Amino acid sequence: MAAVEDRISIQLQVNGRQHQVEVAPRWTLADVLRHQIGLTGTHIGCEQGVCGACTVLLDGEPVRSCLMFAVQAQGHHVTTVEGVTPETGLSPLQESFRDHHALQCGYCTPGMLLTAQALLDRNPTADEGAVREALTGNLCRCTGYQFIVDAVLAARDQGRDE
Amino acid sequence: MKPAVFQYRKAETTREALEALGTNPGAKVLAGGQSLVPLMNFRLSRPDVLVDINGIEELTLVEKLDQTLAIGALVRHSTLSQHPLIEREVPVLAEAARHIGHWAIRNRGTIGGSAVHADPAAELPAALVALRASVVVGAPRGERTMPADEFFLGYYTTALAQDELVMRFEIPLPARRMGFSEVVRRPGDFALVGAYVEDSDAEAAVTWFGLGAMPERQVVEAWPKGQDERQALLERLAREVQSDDEYKYAMAVNVAERAYLAAQKEG
Repeated sequence: MAAVEDRISIQLQVNGRQHQVEVAPRWTLADVLRHQIGLTGTHIGCEQGVCGACTVLLDGEPVRSCLMFAVQAQGHHVTTVEGVTPETGLSPLQESFRDHHALQCGYCTPGMLLTAQALLDRNPTADEGAVREALTGNLCRCTGYQFIVDAVLAARDQGRDE
Repeated sequence: MKPAVFQYRKAETTREALEALGTNPGAKVLAGGQSLVPLMNFRLSRPDVLVDINGIEELTLVEKLDQTLAIGALVRHSTLSQHPLIEREVPVLAEAARHIGHWAIRNRGTIGGSAVHADPAAELPAALVALRASVVVGAPRGERTMPADEFFLGYYTTALAQDELVMRFEIPLPARRMGFSEVVRRPGDFALVGAYVEDSDAEAAVTWFGLGAMPERQVVEAWPKGQDERQALLERLAREVQSDDEYKYAMAVNVAERAYLAAQKEG
């Protein structure tokens, strides 16, 4: 690759914190989160928008961070899996994933957690159909999905009891 | 799996976007990025300049003017699927938008992007043809408007010139009964085949997608009330568009039949 690429200085708000980073326009949000900001919880699977491993929340809505350039995230609130994880311990949804064996290799888990969390925030009474529909955009090659759905439904029920 | 180098231009107005497109022959418009960015990640697309239109407010409008519904090019699928005006005036469009990709894709993908990408198996280009929408296109020399069926020219090919920008779609709002259905292998996939069937008092028609190189709309005099007769007609129509793959037109008939039944429920 010839010559020096232009860099743009941008402000990114990630998990409530401002980050000043120098980026090339072609760097995806996923890569900048991982390599510039050091938040490696966002996983990169297919880099073509199919697998959902890189799902983050943009102003609370799930999006593919491999299909956005970091420069586009200026002025928006980005939430990664680190942002839904308490300082110590796990969130109720994460606890539920652990209790229900909803992960094996864990590669898809950050995307699953963010999609499921966004769903429960929006629809605290989501039924199994709604959970499955929301998770169609997140591929898991280990679990066969059943335990993931169980975990989300259990977290939902726990949220109701509180 | 990383895009090639490009220059980034953020346009705040359509004028800025048109200027950037006009002065950079190698420029492409970045809307939702759900088709373009995968192509760039694979380096199948290597634009010199990306003109980001995501900040242009006027392209996000949905408004009813007289007997027309105007939908800005930057309206996202998630908005299409739940906007009260769209839900009321063209429910079939909201229904079709719910079948596009997945939640995260619908949150970013736009109606303008889907039209310009012109995937023959996509829901929205066919919806625009079925609804007899007009495409309003901006250019440095001024706006022009064309019917959707003249906008789509073939596989991933449209009538849009390099320096033009799709501004909005205008959907006429006659009394209309229209149903939608599609067959997909997995939820969120592109359709193997899909159809919109209209059974209004003034018009009976079917618009196919995933069947030919672009959305195909065929008008009939009236839909036969008898199912056998209706399906025979649908098969004849489907074979006019695509006669090679038997499984495809067989499936097309079923899809169109379901769309017809959905249209009846519109009352």
